[in-house]
Amino acid sequence: MRKYVPKDDVQKKAYYTDRFWVAPQVAKSPVETDAVFAADLEAIKAKCEVLDAYIQVDQLVVLINPNDNFTVAQILKEECGYNQLSECSAIDWLAKQKQFEVFYQFLSMSKRKRMRVKCFIDKEQAVESLNPLYRSADWAEREMYDMFGVKVNNHPYMKRILMPDDWVGHPLLKTYPLQGDEAASWYEVDRIYGKEARDIIGPENRESAVVDRYDTERFGRLGHEVARGSEFDENQPVTPLAYQEEGGVFIVKKFQEDGAVTITDRKR
Amino acid sequence: MQQPNRLRPFFENISFDRKDNEMVINFGPQHPSAHGQLRLILHLQQEQITKAHPDIGYLHRGMEKMAENMIYNEFMPTTDRMDYIASSSNNYGFALAVEKLIGLQVPRRAKVIRMMLLEINRLMSHLFWLATTALDIGAMTVFLYAFREREYLMDIIEDYCGARLTHSSIRIGGVPLDIPDNFIHDLKAFLDKFPQDLKDYEDLLDSNRIWKMRMENVGVISKEMAQSWGCSGVMLRASGVNWDIRKEEPYELYDEIEFDVPVSEKGDNYARYKLYMAEMRETSKILYQTIKMYEGTVKENQTELMAHAPQYISAPKIDIMTQNYSLMQHFVLVTQGMRPPVGEVYIATESPKGELGFYINSQGGPYPYRLKVRAPSFWHTGILTDLLPGSMIPDVVSIIGTTNIVFGEVDR
Repeated sequence: MRKYVPKDDVQKKAYYTDRFWVAPQVAKSPVETDAVFAADLEAIKAKCEVLDAYIQVDQLVVLINPNDNFTVAQILKEECGYNQLSECSAIDWLAKQKQFEVFYQFLSMSKRKRMRVKCFIDKEQAVESLNPLYRSADWAEREMYDMFGVKVNNHPYMKRILMPDDWVGHPLLKTYPLQGDEAASWYEVDRIYGKEARDIIGPENRESAVVDRYDTERFGRLGHEVARGSEFDENQPVTPLAYQEEGGVFIVKKFQEDGAVTITDRKR
Repeated sequence: MQQPNRLRPFFENISFDRKDNEMVINFGPQHPSAHGQLRLILHLQQEQITKAHPDIGYLHRGMEKMAENMIYNEFMPTTDRMDYIASSSNNYGFALAVEKLIGLQVPRRAKVIRMMLLEINRLMSHLFWLATTALDIGAMTVFLYAFREREYLMDIIEDYCGARLTHSSIRIGGVPLDIPDNFIHDLKAFLDKFPQDLKDYEDLLDSNRIWKMRMENVGVISKEMAQSWGCSGVMLRASGVNWDIRKEEPYELYDEIEFDVPVSEKGDNYARYKLYMAEMRETSKILYQTIKMYEGTVKENQTELMAHAPQYISAPKIDIMTQNYSLMQHFVLVTQGMRPPVGEVYIATESPKGELGFYINSQGGPYPYRLKVRAPSFWHTGILTDLLPGSMIPDVVSIIGTTNIVFGEVDR
């Protein structure tokens, strides 16, 4: 039997973890310890349900229902003075709990505070766009869609941003393969020339650094220059490697190693 | 939308059938002033732009995916390749985020060296910006001069870490090396000469008619627009927002240093140019102070360069070579990597381009569960959507120039 490999998370794993090892936690402190954040949290709580809230590494983290994301952002912008949406993206928790986590990172310049709003959405669930409030959401949400396939409602230009338009799959999903397989090496050949041309063209070389010394069609052999397309032969004549023709070239002087000077002080 | 099939593959250059006068052109990705790999789809009425769609992704290398599949220290050289004009600032942003996640205290001397490297990188980046922007607009001389000065700075950096562009000069928990003997001398020599260089550039540009016509009142970004688009750094300060993360949320020892944050209200290309010049002067001021601070650490004999946290950071070389347990820990840290605590962190630093943030979600494993890079240039490219409509085609070049975008970090 072939060894079973789970397909929901193909990412690299640590090859050894102690059975008894318990991961420590980054400290979370209650929101009441910071007056500014406590006021912000009250403002959110007045209109929306807050599932969890704490301060971690000097930043407020608020967990909300995904349907409230626009309302919360509106409160933060208009009432609490968070004037920038500095980042927005998602985290793939599909393997663990069949959900995505979407986070929004806010900055308030008047208060010098940063906070993060998070929500969990199901696989096919869409979130509301924050574009009417923050223009920076435009590109951030496009990137989130491109990388995770998280759809955004009422977005002005919901298109892929980093990957090509016709790309299949979303690269930052944990199910996304880390290497191309057999099918991938034929993908472009099949698509452009058709399956019939496989024999003529051959699979795509995905290792760009590979040099085939027996292939005189595409590679020159250093030190043994032969006619293109000729058979490989061990007894090929040696072509001397000279960096410049004997007798020199017009204008260019031949480099004399003995006469070279090493500059130690450039008079900075 | 095109319907690609075997006979009609997907065409990047879209064909059009239109009745009105609107023309659609591709600007880039191979345009020399597209700063690498920017493609703009511009809709034109005569010479005026009515719509602009920046198209990015030509340099997408999946760095966030790579980060999820390697240990924290392994990712450090990859960060070099983001903003490759000032790679130490990327190294630093990442290192700081991991340090905050773990809760490390970095020794003072390492902090001072880090600040020196960061500010040298800022100078390098600003000089590079000046050179390329001037070249885009046609001022070849400034390009040559600014590159000459940048070369000196790269020599200084090379003396420190051996690399000119991809430095990897900062480690999680400190810096790998003390600065070499000639470093301070060379840096001082450069800084003493630098004001004269700056004056030379300004003599060439400030009252240059062509320069002014191409820059003044071109690409005006309002305060609201800059904030809404998540602009940072010079892009934000040129629009009248006084926000420098080094001042507002000081990291390292920036709170001990005296420097001003230049701000302008105008928001046009010329304002951004003036701010870059002013920032270079401020940076030289900071560098002079860091030299003093470094000499202070020498006097007080603070020689530590790496934080002491055996669980996360390898012990000093002398311990590894003499003590068995340190060697064992070092072996585990190198082969398996450190395992930061479970939690998440978002840390922003003021890179030469703006707010460079790293979001790390750690599940206690040796690889980050999710790492998001908040690169300033990404949003500075996005703003072109709103900024370009209304301006002329030649303005596009100067606007792209002053946004100072680097595609290594836009596409990551």
